[in-house]
Amino acid sequence: MAYFYTKDHEWARLEGQNAFCGISVYAVEQLGDVVYVELPEIGRSVKAGEAMAVVESAKAASDVYAPLSGTVIAVNTALAGKPELVNESAEGEGWFVQIQASDPAEQNALMDSDAYQALVKGL
Amino acid sequence: MLARIGAASVDEFFIDVPPAARNPVMRLPNAQGEIAVHRHLAALAQKNTSAGQSAFFLGAGAYRHHVPASVDHLIQRSEFLTSYTPYQPEIAQGTLQALFEFQSQVAMLLNMEVSNASMYDGSTACAEAAMMAARVTKRRKIVLSGGVHPHYVATVRTACEALGLEVMALPAAIDDEAAVVRQLSNEVAAVIVQSPNVFGTITDLTSVADAARAAGVLTVATFTEAVAFGLIEPAGGYGADIVCGEGQSIGNSLNFGGPYVGLFTTREKYIRQMPGRVAGETLDADGQRGFVLTLSTREQHIRRDKATSNICTNSGLCQLAWTIHMTLLGAAGLTRLARLNHENTLTLADALAALPGVSLLTPRFFNEFALRLSRPAQDVVDQLAARGVIAGVAMSRLDPRAGMDDVLITCATEMNTDEDIAAFARALKEVLA
Repeated sequence: MAYFYTKDHEWARLEGQNAFCGISVYAVEQLGDVVYVELPEIGRSVKAGEAMAVVESAKAASDVYAPLSGTVIAVNTALAGKPELVNESAEGEGWFVQIQASDPAEQNALMDSDAYQALVKGL
Repeated sequence: MLARIGAASVDEFFIDVPPAARNPVMRLPNAQGEIAVHRHLAALAQKNTSAGQSAFFLGAGAYRHHVPASVDHLIQRSEFLTSYTPYQPEIAQGTLQALFEFQSQVAMLLNMEVSNASMYDGSTACAEAAMMAARVTKRRKIVLSGGVHPHYVATVRTACEALGLEVMALPAAIDDEAAVVRQLSNEVAAVIVQSPNVFGTITDLTSVADAARAAGVLTVATFTEAVAFGLIEPAGGYGADIVCGEGQSIGNSLNFGGPYVGLFTTREKYIRQMPGRVAGETLDADGQRGFVLTLSTREQHIRRDKATSNICTNSGLCQLAWTIHMTLLGAAGLTRLARLNHENTLTLADALAALPGVSLLTPRFFNEFALRLSRPAQDVVDQLAARGVIAGVAMSRLDPRAGMDDVLITCATEMNTDEDIAAFARALKEVLA
């Protein structure tokens, strides 16, 4: 399944209208041990680029931006008890939110996996 | 720099300062030798009456207790004095362990689940509690009882009004913490109540906390005299969501009103919205017990404008003094200390309330109570001071608009002798005659 990335290191994986979103493996490596993830309320509408969550590691707390516009239809409640899921599986079980995309064409503005890997290599 | 900020000259930059206040001529004396300066300053200092030179009954937010000499000695050890409050999370293990012990003691004393590493003082802790309640509930109105110390009310106002929160302070009331219940609504973030309150009244806050919870409102219980909890149930036991207040009376002298140490505790479920930092216990790479700052990532030096509060430090040295004094006292020692306070205060209340022109207003008290006098309390305070008795604080001084000009707030601690109390009663009788 295709992953798309933002320059701020979020990812989105579209399944029909719905996109799972989280932060990239590279982002997690930079943060270190994740100790807490603050997730948005279900039903909140977000715009692409808007701060929707906060990820907190031992030494930093960072905003996480919505990769796509839409409505938050699910959040990963497993992260409340096991924030380390983000370290273990950043782009799988460590997903943050599921967004019902209002405009799936927005993914065209995001990077595909190859473009993102090239960006990360240059950092 | 002038070009950058858009001012043509230094004079233009200071244009908002009235001309008369700009570069005034300073009428300072000529330089003198060190011995002469010392003599001059000592003479100035002697114009003050220090607490130890008088029969001293001041309370109302700052309390004179005995601080053992060992406290001052230990806090000045270089390991503590120079490391102060860390920003790097793992540095200064001794300081971090002292913070951890402090938090444990505060949480036990106030019967709450989590404590932060301290705040600046009781009033700012109270303001932080109001702001935290607004974050937790996403509501924008704060209601304070008429028993909350007027200085705390003023601090809450300053902090909250700048954030656009509505602050409603109920009229001063000696025994009506429950009045906040009538103001509950779905717009209220927190009710702030105090026990013992500024008049010394002790209140069981269970019904306030129950009613607030049912309305989705947080109960913030504040206090100014932490020694009280050696004898009375702290608000954590009444179900308050945030219990915060002043810690000065343990380990810290009066110090002209500061620096003091704010105590701040809450429920574990709110820990992410708690201001300040926490020293946590962990294991190091070798599996040894160690300590690390945690939750400080929510502070201003990391989160900037998105921080949970403007505090990004704690009252390190005052907090250390608190911890050392509390450790020396232990639970049994604190209870004995509290009992001494209460016994002296009962003696004082009996001696004063028996005088003509004096009535005791506080129905249930620990080491502080309010009296109604037959004359304006501030006049009485001034006249007693001239007789070597520092009688207490006139309510008119804390809140001139309370309509309580005849109310005196007075306090006795373990420092007051029977002679002090007799001198107070004798002088008050003369002044009121």
